[in-house]
Amino acid sequence: MNPLGKLDWSAIPFDQPIIMAASAMMVLGIAFVLGWIVLKGYLPYLWREWLTSVDHKRIGVMYLVLAMLMLLRGFTDAIMMRAQQAVAAGGAQGYLPPEHFDQIFSAHGTIMIFFVAMPLVIGLMNFAVPLQLGIRDVAFPTLNSVSLWLTASGILLTNLSLVVGEFAKTGWVAYPPLSELQFSPGVGVDYYLWALQISGIGTLLTGINFVTTILKTRAPGMGYMRMPVFCWTALASNLLIVAAFPVLTATLAMLLLDRYLGFHFFTTDAGGNPMMYVNLFWVWGHPEVYILVLPAFGVYSEVVATFSGKPLFGYRSMVGASMAICVIAYLVWLHHFFTMGAGAGVNAFFGVMSMIIAVPTGVKIFNWMFTMYGGRVRFTAPILWTIGFMVTFVLGGLTGVLLAVPPADFQLHNSLFLVAHFHHVIIPGVVFGAFAGYHYWFPKAFGFRLDERWGKASFWCWFVGFHLAFMPLYVVGLLGMTRRMQHYDVVSWQPWLLLAAGGAVIILAGIACQAVQLVVSIRAREQLRDVTGDPWNGRTLEWSTPSPPPAWNYAVLPQVGEIDAYWQAKQSPRGREARPAQAREYEAIDMPRNSPTGFITAFFAVITGFALIWHIWWMAAFGVLGAFVTLLFFAFRRQEEVEIPAVEIARFERAREREAAP
Amino acid sequence: MRNGALAVVVISAATLGGCSEGVLAPKGPIAGAEREILFNSLGIMLAIVIPTMLATLGVAFWYRSSNRRARYLPEFAYSGRLESLVWSIPAMTVMLLGGVAWVGSYDLAPTRLLASEVKPLRIQVVSLDWKWLFLYPEQGIASVNRLAIPVGTPVSFELTSSGVMNTFWVPQLSGQIYTMAGMTTRLNLQADHPGTYRGLSGNFSGDGFSDMHFAVEAVPAENFTAWVETTRQSGPVLDAQSYADLARPGTVAQPFGYRSVAPAFFGHILRASVQPAAAQRMEK
Repeated sequence: MNPLGKLDWSAIPFDQPIIMAASAMMVLGIAFVLGWIVLKGYLPYLWREWLTSVDHKRIGVMYLVLAMLMLLRGFTDAIMMRAQQAVAAGGAQGYLPPEHFDQIFSAHGTIMIFFVAMPLVIGLMNFAVPLQLGIRDVAFPTLNSVSLWLTASGILLTNLSLVVGEFAKTGWVAYPPLSELQFSPGVGVDYYLWALQISGIGTLLTGINFVTTILKTRAPGMGYMRMPVFCWTALASNLLIVAAFPVLTATLAMLLLDRYLGFHFFTTDAGGNPMMYVNLFWVWGHPEVYILVLPAFGVYSEVVATFSGKPLFGYRSMVGASMAICVIAYLVWLHHFFTMGAGAGVNAFFGVMSMIIAVPTGVKIFNWMFTMYGGRVRFTAPILWTIGFMVTFVLGGLTGVLLAVPPADFQLHNSLFLVAHFHHVIIPGVVFGAFAGYHYWFPKAFGFRLDERWGKASFWCWFVGFHLAFMPLYVVGLLGMTRRMQHYDVVSWQPWLLLAAGGAVIILAGIACQAVQLVVSIRAREQLRDVTGDPWNGRTLEWSTPSPPPAWNYAVLPQVGEIDAYWQAKQSPRGREARPAQAREYEAIDMPRNSPTGFITAFFAVITGFALIWHIWWMAAFGVLGAFVTLLFFAFRRQEEVEIPAVEIARFERAREREAAP
Repeated sequence: MRNGALAVVVISAATLGGCSEGVLAPKGPIAGAEREILFNSLGIMLAIVIPTMLATLGVAFWYRSSNRRARYLPEFAYSGRLESLVWSIPAMTVMLLGGVAWVGSYDLAPTRLLASEVKPLRIQVVSLDWKWLFLYPEQGIASVNRLAIPVGTPVSFELTSSGVMNTFWVPQLSGQIYTMAGMTTRLNLQADHPGTYRGLSGNFSGDGFSDMHFAVEAVPAENFTAWVETTRQSGPVLDAQSYADLARPGTVAQPFGYRSVAPAFFGHILRASVQPAAAQRMEK
């Protein structure tokens, strides 16, 4: 018996030049970066300051780095699909055989949702929420690090499938019976399942962490109705995570039992029922959409208020709308399968509920507009992303409500119209929001602003490219083209798909602009330096800290008396003088100690996941044991906090005062 | 915005330009009604969405910081009237649309038989890896990848799958319905005009999915009868053995017919996918 289970040399697709070239590039890239880090002697620094950090700001940054890297991977998949569909018309088969094309669209969906969109919003929440709440860290800092590294484990496993074995060929939803052993005997679905199980635990822990943080650890005086809107949307999003992710975990666990131990939850025979999977998947899947989009709505709210020089219009409405979305998100899942033969009453109910959820979203659009009304709108890159989002998203929402009308959905379901629709809400809704947040909080994180010109160039490329890439998909969808086609015989679809491929190329230019923007900004960091800590004339508390904030965020926890606390402080003359640093007495601060727990747990999680995928049982046992021992070590730790002496804090604050003085 | 408007123009051009295929060129009452609902809903929403888009751009442009003629209202953050307006506009739109959706869901429920003087034709559909099998229980024949139906006659489908899920979709005649092993879904449609319409699967079902399309041949009633007669003359018999052959994964290059099928064969197929033992018996 092979001690390595199902694993042998045939797992590596030597006969597939495209996969081998991509794998080689990926491996070389990782080797190059690692080698550079080691040779330059950065490894101890990286380990001490980043990999073992439990500082929410650094964890946030690492989430965003992961997301940006995975965006490149997911986008590569996207452009390969667009290229394939642009050429594979009539009798042509294109350059990707079905077994490869099927993996690409499955990987694209999985990566973009779980490993791009999720880390983007979780990264922004990690960075900004504690700062906005006026506190020094999240409720459970080490757990936060565990969440990050478990997400990274899922990402690693997914990317490993490119080199060793294969990825799922079932689409990112992995509907049984196609994803059952009978129809997908390979390891692809197992990679999908274990990657999502491991990263899903990380996400659930994030949810618990943030719900606790927001509910229990706000700055003194910050009542619920004084919280910045981003914190409200983060709360709504994390409540959804806590309620929805266990459903996904349980659903995937049932599929795993089917595949590994011969259970019959979703098989066609022996009493299994695949419809149950479809229901459960979307009981998670639809709230997931709002898990992603709500924090982005929060970013837009912050950006639009800041750059209009006005408080957010209708704060209470916005809070109410977010919480309404949070609840109604659980009552719409069936609209993902109106065509499964449910009765008219069921379809009608879920159709109407899906429309009702559009109401709070519509309210938000109007409120952002009225926030700009009477303002002084500064057209920076973040506001461009925001306005671009507003005008695009209303159309995306419109097509969404069309899909919520059951008889219309019968015709549009699973067509490219649907594909166009969900990209039309997720790209402007989530991705534009994350980019706005990235540009907005970048100076806070690194102490210098991002270059505006390249930022705007990137926006215009994305905006134009997006429309060119997805508007044609609406048309071919109406012409009767379904999603996930490796080739098609209807030649009249081809011009539209060529246009869409062109759009993808323009989006690529937008991504290139962002890469250039980062390089240009780092090189010009002295000119772009933010010495005040408040580059945008901000309103919320994070802008009262220096850029970048010290590990302890606030030397003295702020007293909050109103909403937009920092703006109010800036308005009152007393507020400006409230911080004479020299005169002030500081107290020592206890901060959580850095911990390798997250990294080591993730290391064992990857081993466990890999072993389970390949049926290497002894290795799986070793991985589980390793993770458990790590947990024991953490549980019996002697010292959990480090004290930062008052002298050090006073020194830091005085230096800051000097620097900020004109 | 420019692109948004462009898209609207493009979509309407594709519509009004009289495209000859797809959802917007219906050839039967069901697809026609579905298109009407699509257009009605689109119209209701565009009436709100286009002004909103314009207003957003207008407000953003007018209140740009360099425009000194615009009033600066740094404290303007609440207005009860505006708030109620802001909630009532989308709420009323959704009430209107919700009505459309509710009524439409009942009117166009796929299980609903079409009102007609003509006796409906029963067809049983099986999706296989990766081809479509159509059984005509009353005629005792079957056909692969070719669905012949008489024009002006309601057709009542019962659908299932041999294994993985697919959706049965003829965009010009009706919306989709899933096919699932061991279960029967139902769909009713009718073709009003003779012609050949494209049918396909809308749910990814594996490597051969892209080739899983079929031709719907809507022909006058007498031609249909003639086709049934021709099919009865030649071709193989559909029984457990030939069904097992057909069910093997693979695509079918040319449509073909089965000259004879047992009347209850659809029931066999339904049971076979539920009980692996029965499937093995059938293969023997």
